[in-house]
Amino acid sequence: MELNVVDLSRLQFAMTAMYHFLFVPLTIGLSILLATMETVYVMTGREIWKRMVKFWGTLFGINFVLGVATGLTMEFQFGMNWAYFSQYVGDVFGAPLAIEGLMAFFLEATFVGLFFFGWDRLTKRQHLAATWAVAFGTNFSALWILIANGWMQHPVGAEFNPDTMRMEVTSFYEVLFNPVAQAKFVHTVSAGYVTAAMFMIGISAWYMLQGRHLQIAKRSMAIASAFGFASALSVVVLGDESGYEANLNQKMKLATIEAMWHTEPAPAAFNVVALPDMETRENIFAIEVPYVMGLIATRSLDTEIPGITELVERSNDRIRQGAIAWNSLQKIRENPAEASEELRETFRQNADSLGYAYLLLPYTDNPMEATTEQVDAAAWSTVPNVWPMFYAFRIMVACGFFFILLTAVFFYYSSAGRLETLIEKRRWILHVAVWSIPLPWIACEMGWFVAEYGRQPWIIESMLPTTVGVSSLSVAEVLLTLVGFVALYSTLLVIEIALMIKYIKIGPEDGEKIAPNPPPSVSAPSPASAVPAE
Amino acid sequence: MVLHELIDYSTLKVIWWLLLGILLIGFAVTDGFDMGVGTLLPFIAETDIERRVVINTIGATWEGNQVWFILGGGAIFAAWPPLYAISFSGFYLAMFVVLAAMILRPVAFKYRSKRPDPNWRSSWDWALFTGSFVPALVFGVAVGNVLLGVPFRLDNELRMTYDGSFFGLFSPFTLLCGLLSVTMLVMHGAVWLVMRTTGEIAARARKAGTFAALGGILLFGVGGYLVVSGYVEGFRITSEVDPNMQANPLAKQAVVEGGAWMRNYADYPVLWLAPIMGFLGMLGTLLLLQTRLEMPIFAFSKMAVFGIIATVGVSMFPFILPSSVQPEASLTVWDASSTHRTLFNMLVAVVIFLPIILVYTAWVYKVLWGKIDEETIERDNHTAY
Repeated sequence: MELNVVDLSRLQFAMTAMYHFLFVPLTIGLSILLATMETVYVMTGREIWKRMVKFWGTLFGINFVLGVATGLTMEFQFGMNWAYFSQYVGDVFGAPLAIEGLMAFFLEATFVGLFFFGWDRLTKRQHLAATWAVAFGTNFSALWILIANGWMQHPVGAEFNPDTMRMEVTSFYEVLFNPVAQAKFVHTVSAGYVTAAMFMIGISAWYMLQGRHLQIAKRSMAIASAFGFASALSVVVLGDESGYEANLNQKMKLATIEAMWHTEPAPAAFNVVALPDMETRENIFAIEVPYVMGLIATRSLDTEIPGITELVERSNDRIRQGAIAWNSLQKIRENPAEASEELRETFRQNADSLGYAYLLLPYTDNPMEATTEQVDAAAWSTVPNVWPMFYAFRIMVACGFFFILLTAVFFYYSSAGRLETLIEKRRWILHVAVWSIPLPWIACEMGWFVAEYGRQPWIIESMLPTTVGVSSLSVAEVLLTLVGFVALYSTLLVIEIALMIKYIKIGPEDGEKIAPNPPPSVSAPSPASAVPAE
Repeated sequence: MVLHELIDYSTLKVIWWLLLGILLIGFAVTDGFDMGVGTLLPFIAETDIERRVVINTIGATWEGNQVWFILGGGAIFAAWPPLYAISFSGFYLAMFVVLAAMILRPVAFKYRSKRPDPNWRSSWDWALFTGSFVPALVFGVAVGNVLLGVPFRLDNELRMTYDGSFFGLFSPFTLLCGLLSVTMLVMHGAVWLVMRTTGEIAARARKAGTFAALGGILLFGVGGYLVVSGYVEGFRITSEVDPNMQANPLAKQAVVEGGAWMRNYADYPVLWLAPIMGFLGMLGTLLLLQTRLEMPIFAFSKMAVFGIIATVGVSMFPFILPSSVQPEASLTVWDASSTHRTLFNMLVAVVIFLPIILVYTAWVYKVLWGKIDEETIERDNHTAY
């Protein structure tokens, strides 16, 4: 395979984003859980809750720094690797990123120092306020980045200006209250809550299996399972809302998730398992459940969902329309001052489809002269690879339902005060929880994949193809930095996991040597106390 | 009446030029001493406990300080999209080096003391050094390149091509700027250590700060001479420019011209205050470092950072990124900004949030204030880095 700058830049962005997204969901969820636990501490005054905050806070810190470190790259990568995209959409896309810094990053980054260093310098309430500030900061950060991302999925409140060669804001309000962005925000944030809850449940279950730190493990289990159960329910419900929004705005994404090659009579069936074939453009094999798809995507029994082939046909028309826009744009650009009103009017009428003309550029230099075959090929290039979409989505959904089940079980046992039963009789459930720790990460990455890979070939849905957004770089440059980032990130990830495991093994007592005089209520001394202090 | 029209487009452009200046100076003043401290770390502190003292002077606040950098990036993206696009893709490998170095920093802070192994700790100390020294150097080199003009071209669709190379970034003048940046931040970091530590470390910091201030004065002087003498040429717009124009960097004419970076000083002599503050700041720091004073030195050190960065800004105004190969494609305040509406909306966000940020940041510093010595570290062994 020949390497090109676009593919390498995509790979690099995907890699850095997916690494970043290994740390972010846990940060989002754990920050809220820490603040909740600390609230209990302040309200009840019981030291054990403080020790819980400190223990989980240590793990939070180890994870948090890598979120910060990898986030740094994300902020600058748009300009580095996607310069034309940045220039094209900066007027709209830059604002949420800047506001993220103003409203969210400053808050979390300034107070995270107090969270770790402020225990002896602040009153209980002041420290609690600092912890909540970190939690709010993290969650606001997710809000703004998803407003930016939501706009890439559904570019509202902006239009293209031929004189400045870029998208410009027409309504800031529409950008902020973009329904896609809002749906993505609540879905992503609750996915983060589930991640943190499953992490806490899994580690607490491990302590229970070992018979260590039971006081802390049980309390953590109770709070994480309640929080996790509520979040797991909402992540599925809100994910469904995302699907509904996708149907309104990104019909191709929905069709590929379903491997639905042709429009079916409403209400459409849901493919549980399928073997899509990109060559023949049909499923070699599929197991269907009638009606379900129509209900999920349209909330009705009589609205049709367009299939892939029909959507490609629609793209055909828009490509031709886009070629007209492209042609008039060239003429306007040659002499903007003298461009006739008629020419500008032609452009305006077709401007919505300008992005589709760019799809022709890999096939011809002049979209106006494209042959039928070229238009056809360009139209089919709007279809992402179907099978990865189909299965990534199903893995995510399967995980989602499993989380509801698992958190419900633990919620039941802890609220009924029967966690002892698990320890004594049903240890296999605890084992399941331990082995499930990686699952939320898999689900999150799959969700990210469906959202972003499913947007291809667009970097801005229907407006700008990914291939056009790239920077003028050489293959060698991008390859070098790609290898550099992979090496650096992988090394840091290995170190991070090793430290996590080390501190989980040490456990709450010696986690950060938090309790100067350990309260007597704690379970029997663990072997961990032999571990040398920092 | 549309809300954003309350403020003139051209006025907004200038306001954003000032705001971005404030952000960059905010970054250099706050994260600047963190970088200075990080650069000094391996040389100023020898034993593990000494290093922990040095690290903990910045341990609790460096993270908030670094947000100035992130915010600077975001604000440039929002206010001057072409600058964001062209500079970061043009300086691609340099940016990668900066990012790779800066990624090491958070991790080094957090992970260093998580294991007692001396090799482990020493590796992270060098990571901290790298994460501090390399960005300080590269930022200065980048500013030097901006002053000289960057070899980029724009085509009719504003797509950028870059004629330069990574090694092309380094010339005698740009290296001088890089060194000035390092000495400035080392001086600033040394002053910070004087304030926050005691005994041996503080004494060594005074010495390091003295050398850095001397070096800074020398380098700033030589750099200034190279610009005044015309060795470093400047840029000048030769066509009529409407400050209220829509963004379009290709709509003007510009030339490279010896002495052009001095024109603003001739037109507005008050601007001489910027370089004067740079010199006075460094001189004041140098002199006060020889006394027992602490807090006032920091004021001078901040003034130096402010003056040096402001000097670059006012020399170049209205240019923000000149092109050495296609001067008419240079980005200026007038023709490279976002729309009237975006600038206004963003200004509203800044007016609301920046004061809040300043208040809570000040409060956090107040809470965490105090000398850090070996006793503090031993007492707070469980929370200190």
